[in-house]
Amino acid sequence: MKTIKFLLNGDAIEIGTRDEETLLEVLRNRLSMTGTKQGCDQGECGSCTVLLDGRPVLSCLTLAVRVENRQVTTIEGLAVGGILHPVQVAFQEAGAIQCGFCTPGMVLTAKALLERNPHPCREKIKEALAGNLCRCTGYKKIVEAVERAAKRMEETDAPG
Amino acid sequence: MPQDNPYRCVGRGMPRTDSVAKVTGTAQFTADIPAHRCLVGKILRSPHAHARILSIDTRKAETLPGVKAVVTGVDAPVKYGILPVSQDEYPLAVEKVRFIGDEVAAVAAVDEATALRALELIDVRYEVLPAILDPHEALVREDVKIHERAAEANIERRVHLVFGDLEQGFAAADYIREDRFFKDASSHAFLEPHSALAQYHDAKLTLWTSTQVPHYVHRSLSKVLGIPMEKIRVIKPALGGGFGGKGEPLPLEFAASLLAVKTGQPIRITHSREEVFLTHRGRHPMEMTLKTGVKKDGTITAVQFSSLLDGGAYGSYGVVTMIYSGQLLTAPYRIPAYAFDSARVFTNKPPCGAQRGHGGVQPRFAFEVHLDRIAADLGIDPLEIRRRNAIDPDTVTVNELRITSCAFKACLDRVAETVDWKNKRGKLPYGKGVGLAGGFYVSGAAYPIYANPMPHSQVQIRADRDGGVTVFSGASDIGQGSDTLLMMITAETLGLFETSVRVVSADTETTPVDLGSYSSRVTFMAGNACRQAALEIRDRLLAVCAIKLEQNQEDLILREGCLFAKGTPEPLMTFAEASVLAEASGVALCALGGYRPPELAGSYKMGGVGPSPAYSFGAQAAEVEVDTETGDIRVLKIHCAHDLGFALNPLTATGQGEGAVAMGFGETVLEHHGFRPGGRHNGPNFLDYKIPTCLDVPDVEVTLIESIDPAGPYGAKEIGEGSLHPSLPAIVNALYDAIGCWFHDLPLTPEQVLAALDRKEAR
Repeated sequence: MKTIKFLLNGDAIEIGTRDEETLLEVLRNRLSMTGTKQGCDQGECGSCTVLLDGRPVLSCLTLAVRVENRQVTTIEGLAVGGILHPVQVAFQEAGAIQCGFCTPGMVLTAKALLERNPHPCREKIKEALAGNLCRCTGYKKIVEAVERAAKRMEETDAPG
Repeated sequence: MPQDNPYRCVGRGMPRTDSVAKVTGTAQFTADIPAHRCLVGKILRSPHAHARILSIDTRKAETLPGVKAVVTGVDAPVKYGILPVSQDEYPLAVEKVRFIGDEVAAVAAVDEATALRALELIDVRYEVLPAILDPHEALVREDVKIHERAAEANIERRVHLVFGDLEQGFAAADYIREDRFFKDASSHAFLEPHSALAQYHDAKLTLWTSTQVPHYVHRSLSKVLGIPMEKIRVIKPALGGGFGGKGEPLPLEFAASLLAVKTGQPIRITHSREEVFLTHRGRHPMEMTLKTGVKKDGTITAVQFSSLLDGGAYGSYGVVTMIYSGQLLTAPYRIPAYAFDSARVFTNKPPCGAQRGHGGVQPRFAFEVHLDRIAADLGIDPLEIRRRNAIDPDTVTVNELRITSCAFKACLDRVAETVDWKNKRGKLPYGKGVGLAGGFYVSGAAYPIYANPMPHSQVQIRADRDGGVTVFSGASDIGQGSDTLLMMITAETLGLFETSVRVVSADTETTPVDLGSYSSRVTFMAGNACRQAALEIRDRLLAVCAIKLEQNQEDLILREGCLFAKGTPEPLMTFAEASVLAEASGVALCALGGYRPPELAGSYKMGGVGPSPAYSFGAQAAEVEVDTETGDIRVLKIHCAHDLGFALNPLTATGQGEGAVAMGFGETVLEHHGFRPGGRHNGPNFLDYKIPTCLDVPDVEVTLIESIDPAGPYGAKEIGEGSLHPSLPAIVNALYDAIGCWFHDLPLTPEQVLAALDRKEAR
């Protein structure tokens, strides 16, 4: 057992964890942050994706002790003050959500992509999302949503 | 393509009503629901493909600290099954296990680690029996009986049906071709693993479960647990994809319920990904033969079909799958004489059941490739042979399916245009090709799973005092967007803004019965029930207002949340004010609508499986590229045109088409739900069972073709399943155009492609 401290969606967390406990288990079972989904527990489906210092990681393969002193962002932390992030808005508008189980992981992966590359081409978007499985949409509207979000973020950032 | 839309709400692309919840993480799936003092349940599964259970000793497990209860087959030795003719499952095995993964016992413990440790402490002694894994062996092995109820060997059921004069049909043919095809199993591979949360309080059981069919689960729980239905409540929370795999009562739902009753504490069982694959209920492996007679010009004179379905260990939906396999070949082409022979056998593998496009996907693949081969033999263009035989609206098929709206030819023409058939077919460089295929599917089965004279869908609408309404429906939104459709139909019919309509769904205690999300029935049936309820509310409201305002009821309309006299721009009052008038006059603004299909059964035994109040039609064209060095297949693009009657919500409708094509593509070139010798699953995980990633999927272009069905809500029919059917054969037919090789076995592998190229060179 080790007590770790980390920032979760900007809030300071201090919690005791077992050595073998995964970040996914801590988030879902200990902190009731169930927006992060458990789809396979083997690092294959991407449903459990969270951002660790802004980079997407699979929380089912990440030991909780590894997030000590780092920043974790989950889907619950994306909308600020009730205002949806442009990626969230784009997923909604583009019809990129069906069952919604892959959506948290997809949205976070897309957000991380657009922060490192604000104008990705279609191939780059597909590469970035390749680790996140979706069985409902055939991905077309998801890719369109990311393109839509990129455009929206560019408009918002534009001076004047 | 959607025409000019006369409506204010339906017919316009609209984001889902639950999309904010799903995009912010607040949507609660079954595994997310908090429950105080919740126990963790785990299931012990059979390590043998076929064995007799000699004894089960649970004492050690029960005494492990943290274990609250253990249940086995003796706790509920009552058979159930989704079909009344196939009641062959127990919640937990009784006497025998029939596949590796069959449920034997379940434990409830304070945490997962304790529950898993307890499973190891359960001592089960088995007498291993010979296992049957090959369906051909199952046909003849009398010495090994997987189920005693199989009268002959391990055959669950056979069907033999003849329509029209087959002999004369073949005699009239100028050319007859026979082919054999095989389509192996695929699995639904939804992202949300099955989950069930049970709670037993005050002699009442509540089950939150990831199900497509709360009503059937409700009935089965009552039967198996011996608890009256009024003491059971089944709720479907947000659901992470079903595709048929959550379309019947499943062992974990009974196990969780039994453990809740036994412990008095809430308990949740959530499948691991491995358990999802072992629970299966996916597409049946199907071996098929086809014999077709045609005139010189390609006109079909007779078709004979046979299918052998490898059903796995239990009945599930299999008898329906078997009948569908033959019944759903008689359109979208005119077939004057037709016969089919089918059998479903038991084998010692996970049970097969219903998967998206249920029953029709394998035969459609076979027939469309067979038809292309006939066209090639006769030197007829594949598009032309389809156009010549294409079925027209308002016809009856040889097996008495009543076809009403039908825009099949428009679908064919549309994909031929978008793929540029004229300039591409037979004209692309070696290694590249285009192919096409057609299909059709039911918009809901005309008969319920258990015979009853009641509506298949009921929807209740109640006006609220804030000027909005609440819609109560038993329909399960499993990701396809039915809650959103019900909202849109209600808003349209009552002239309300979308934000004034709330939908409460899939809770057996608060919502009226809907049979569930299967056989593409929800848009059509729940949609019609919803429209009827909304019309009733509208009429009651207008009748009261007409009296109060001394106007003719026919002159009043509702739109934009207000009451208007027709032809005047100024509203008379708001919907909220009109509701107050009605309620104050003692008129209850609460109405129930229902939908039950007309009598459509064929005049022959089993003629109730296949009929639907409406059918969707579709065509697809695939563009492929083959690497002739490696055998690698790249599907570049699939053009999909689908006659869905009317696109209530074009945004979600195109999403259904895109998803269906992606799934069809996956099971053509990637997905193989296979087993090793001895019956162990090939790899019950996403590394071995490969579903398409976004790097794999072809570009998909969906065109919505509207035929305005006379009986559909605003003319709507289905799109979610029928749009999968043509994907498989369109790809296979394109491969012939690319490399001149035919493929009769799916899924395809690069090795198969290379072997076919070698054979071609050897000739």
